[in-house]
Amino acid sequence: MPITVERPKLTLLEKFYFPAIIKGLRITIGHAIRILRRKKKVTMQYPEEKWDDNMPEYYRGAPALVTDEHGRERCVSCQLCEFICPPRAITIIPEEIPSDDKWSKVEKRPKEFEIDMIRCIYCGMCEEVCPEQAIYLRKDYAITGHNREEMVHDKEKLYEIGGVREGLVNKWNKLK
Amino acid sequence: MSAAKTQTEDLVNVQVDGHWIQVKKGTRMIEACKQASAEVPHYCYHPKLTSPGNCRMCLVEMGMPPRPAPGQEAELDNDGHAEISWMPRPVIACANTVAEGMGIRTQSTLAKECREGVMEFLLINHPLDCPICDQAGECTLQEYSVEHGKGESRFLEDKVKKPKNVDIGPRIRLDDERCVLCSRCVRFTREIVDDDVLGFVDRGSHNVLTVHPDKPLANNYSLNTVDICPVGALTSNDFRFKMRVWFMRETKSICNGCARGCNILISSRENKIYRQTPRENNEVNSSWMCDSGRLDYHFLDSSARLTDPMIKKGKSHETVDWPQAVRRVAEGLIKYKGDEVAIIVSARMTNEELYLVRVLADTLETKNVDALKCHGEGDDYLSHKDKRPNTNGAKVILKLRSPGSKIKSIKRGIESGSIKALLVYGENIASKGFGDDVLSKLKFLVTSHILANPTAKLSSIVLPGSGYAEKRGSMINATGRLQLLNKAIEPPGNSRDDWEILQDINRAIDGKDFTYELADLFSEMASVVPALKGLHLSGVGENGVQVIETGETIPLLEREAQRVKQGLIVG
Amino acid sequence: MEAGNILTSIEVMPILISFIKIVVVIFAVILPMVAYSVWAERRVSAVIQERVGPNRVGIPFTKIGLFGLGQPIADGIKFLLKEDFTPGHVNKLYYWLAPALTMVPALLTCAVLPFGSELFGEKMVIADLNVGPLFVFAIASLSVYGIVLAGWASNSKYSFLGGVRSSSQMISYEISLGLSLVPVLLIFGELNLSEIVREQSKNGWLLLPFWGEGAIWNGGVDRFFLLFPAFIAFIVFTTSIFAETNRLPFDLPECETELVAGYHTEYSSMKFALFFLGEYAAMIIGSGLIVTLFLGGWSLPFGLDAYLMSVSGDPQQIPWWLGLIHIGTFLAKVIAFILFFIWVRWTLPRFRYDQLMKLGWIIFFELALVNIFITAGILILTRDPAP
Repeated sequence: MPITVERPKLTLLEKFYFPAIIKGLRITIGHAIRILRRKKKVTMQYPEEKWDDNMPEYYRGAPALVTDEHGRERCVSCQLCEFICPPRAITIIPEEIPSDDKWSKVEKRPKEFEIDMIRCIYCGMCEEVCPEQAIYLRKDYAITGHNREEMVHDKEKLYEIGGVREGLVNKWNKLK
Repeated sequence: MSAAKTQTEDLVNVQVDGHWIQVKKGTRMIEACKQASAEVPHYCYHPKLTSPGNCRMCLVEMGMPPRPAPGQEAELDNDGHAEISWMPRPVIACANTVAEGMGIRTQSTLAKECREGVMEFLLINHPLDCPICDQAGECTLQEYSVEHGKGESRFLEDKVKKPKNVDIGPRIRLDDERCVLCSRCVRFTREIVDDDVLGFVDRGSHNVLTVHPDKPLANNYSLNTVDICPVGALTSNDFRFKMRVWFMRETKSICNGCARGCNILISSRENKIYRQTPRENNEVNSSWMCDSGRLDYHFLDSSARLTDPMIKKGKSHETVDWPQAVRRVAEGLIKYKGDEVAIIVSARMTNEELYLVRVLADTLETKNVDALKCHGEGDDYLSHKDKRPNTNGAKVILKLRSPGSKIKSIKRGIESGSIKALLVYGENIASKGFGDDVLSKLKFLVTSHILANPTAKLSSIVLPGSGYAEKRGSMINATGRLQLLNKAIEPPGNSRDDWEILQDINRAIDGKDFTYELADLFSEMASVVPALKGLHLSGVGENGVQVIETGETIPLLEREAQRVKQGLIVG
Repeated sequence: MEAGNILTSIEVMPILISFIKIVVVIFAVILPMVAYSVWAERRVSAVIQERVGPNRVGIPFTKIGLFGLGQPIADGIKFLLKEDFTPGHVNKLYYWLAPALTMVPALLTCAVLPFGSELFGEKMVIADLNVGPLFVFAIASLSVYGIVLAGWASNSKYSFLGGVRSSSQMISYEISLGLSLVPVLLIFGELNLSEIVREQSKNGWLLLPFWGEGAIWNGGVDRFFLLFPAFIAFIVFTTSIFAETNRLPFDLPECETELVAGYHTEYSSMKFALFFLGEYAAMIIGSGLIVTLFLGGWSLPFGLDAYLMSVSGDPQQIPWWLGLIHIGTFLAKVIAFILFFIWVRWTLPRFRYDQLMKLGWIIFFELALVNIFITAGILILTRDPAP
């Protein structure tokens, strides 16, 4: 059913516009005076002033891979993040962990793990979907590079950003 | 509903979840439910194998009409069916057959609680390593735990440790912790391929699947156990950790390993094939295929693939573009008259390509056209001794009575100099008796192949074609069934669909109109070839159609039919 | 010999002085003002919206910011260095002509604006025409061609719509612009802008007649009663200047929500900059015109001019320091008006097109027309008939 919205009937004074215009001008000049008298500060001068110290725990910066307290790479290359990634920024090539490796019982690890930071939209889906708690969105937000290749984070770079995370899943311990 | 349909001779009335249906006498309850669109979860049951009923996942509630006392009339409800009295205990749906007036409840509280209980037991010792398990995504344990599971574990004790990552054969890896002991693999090796090497040892919760200590699971059909394994206990070494199943696109096609033409699914992602699995076709391969055919796709990704048409300049070949290559082939061929030209085709080519070769031979007025014969070892199951998938196609299209019979005379012709130009399609004849000394006598040699080989090295012009997974077309298998190839991936580089190359050469010589659709070419061929009369490409379907009678039978299907008759399997 | 005679017969000095005035006014005053009004626009809008605005560009290679005063220069360099792209589907000649046609009329009109009284006996106006306002209208109405040509030559629907909107809007508002000025001319009985300003200096601004003969206690009853029509004329004229310069709330020719960027959608680099600067130049000239006609131009209020003249001693000759004060006064008034323009822009939303047309044709046109008769009536009633 169509809903008809009645236009409000303007009084004679309102029809002149001028009172409304002057009211508007008063509001804007009020804001201007307030900021000129330094009553309020909103903008941050970016490169000199940074928000880093105030960044909340849940801040979503660059996604990165983490290792556990034993230095094991948490990622087992299940490729769920590659699947869920809305802009398809993640590319993983899995490989089998050789039997003489210390962590051979984990069986699988990423051979290549690349995140294209030009594509990444920092949505955090990868972190949410990860069954191994291996990928986290860290607080790095100034991701720059001179060319497209530099903007692709490879495994090494991802672990460098990610660092170590302790605790969390203890799926691969002896008792399982 | 009106009165119940009267019981015809071999149909019985069965009530599934409150709806009455008619099914054939002797049908398993699980199949009756399937016909009523009530899917019953199961692990051990497989229609091509016997039913031991050991997984207990298919428990349903069952009821029968009470037997009337002497002289008593059966009480009928409004629809004319007798009232069902439900049994207090569930039954397994996979090993019991239906009876007249039977009632099945798949969604009752009892049935649901049974499934929940069975799932809980199955998952007690499960390692929950889905992130590294290749089965994840097509695992019935995952699916059923979502649909029928409790969602949480009440198990506080330590899980039983079992062997993981066990090498039980050259192509298969076993993970006992994931195994649900359904015994499908055991039954397959025992019943289908007569290679009884698998079995269960130990008792209780330590019960594990194991392989015979001296005999690995190495038969040529071993990878079928991976397909039928409902969980990730058996995984293929070839596919291990290559790609997750949910990324892959499945293309229905046929195997090109031998003349059997097993129906397959090609799984690919981003122009790369990751695996091939059998596709059910009860006229050709049932639900199985051999390992050699299944793993014979790696050559498509080989570094020896030809990617550009090439022309020989002096001692080396030079890359050229397609129009130039086609023009050079046409110019080279029309220089010679009639029987100075010979064409050797491969029975790997599709019917459409063979038909275009036939047109070319007619235009050039040569009778020196033959397909190379290539026989190897066959077996008593599926593998055929003819290692070319379309020998029957070559027979039908090129009107060859016995393929390979003219090869000798062609060789003699080259040696004597009466044959000056030779076209070779899809075969490396240098390894089939045509030595350097023979081929160097030719004035003009054109090869179309997908891989670099000695024949190509000697050729004046090399045309890169497409592999079986890179093109569409039809083939006729050993039993005379016309089946379709479908395109799963793109051919690499500048290589093209073979029928397009052939058509370009034909049109460069005869100047007729082009056909732009494979379907049109098929129809044109069907109007000329008697065996294909009245067929259209769209009418062939994914299971193929029988076009000629060859008198051959498939041993494996024969035995399956026998077992169906004995009531051992559903089929 | 002949040529030498001709040369000596032409007086070189007035031409040279005119030339110096043109160069100084255009390149030292108007163009920097244009550039810095862009900066002011951004800073003022930022302040109104409680932001910071461009505050970083200062002296290159140092960290000295100077409140971002280097921004216009950086913008200019950017405009010059950007790729000057001419799309393939445009009419080349008109496409290239249009930006110039927007910029040039805006600069031409400043020829008749008296930007100061006198400096070393030289009148501070480039061309002291006796038909000042008419010249301004004649030239200003040319600027519509630039926009229409840009819209048409771009061969793009957005540009075209912008051009069409712009032309109908400018033509509509030129009528009320012209008509609203008639009462002012009636009051002063003069078409020479310099004389108009001199009169206001002596006898009170049009909107502030509180000294000299204009003051009511000095017998300026007519000027007191004329305040009412003068105010109406001021409102109509100012609003029409807003519409003429395509500024918010009347910037429909380039409203980005509907037309991408209107008539200059297809323009880039310096050609775009010319449109941009043309609009600001028009705004400055418009402000100058309003100041000249209604707010006493370069004159100081409350008879200060006469007082300072009397202090200097020579009643005929305006001393150089007073000349400079007058120039400064004019610039200060113009800058105040530019700030008002900016303030309005960041306050009011855009009008709907029908509202714009209704305002122009149904309200302002009639109002300006009636205003002429009111003024004439007051003049007949309050002033003695001419001798």
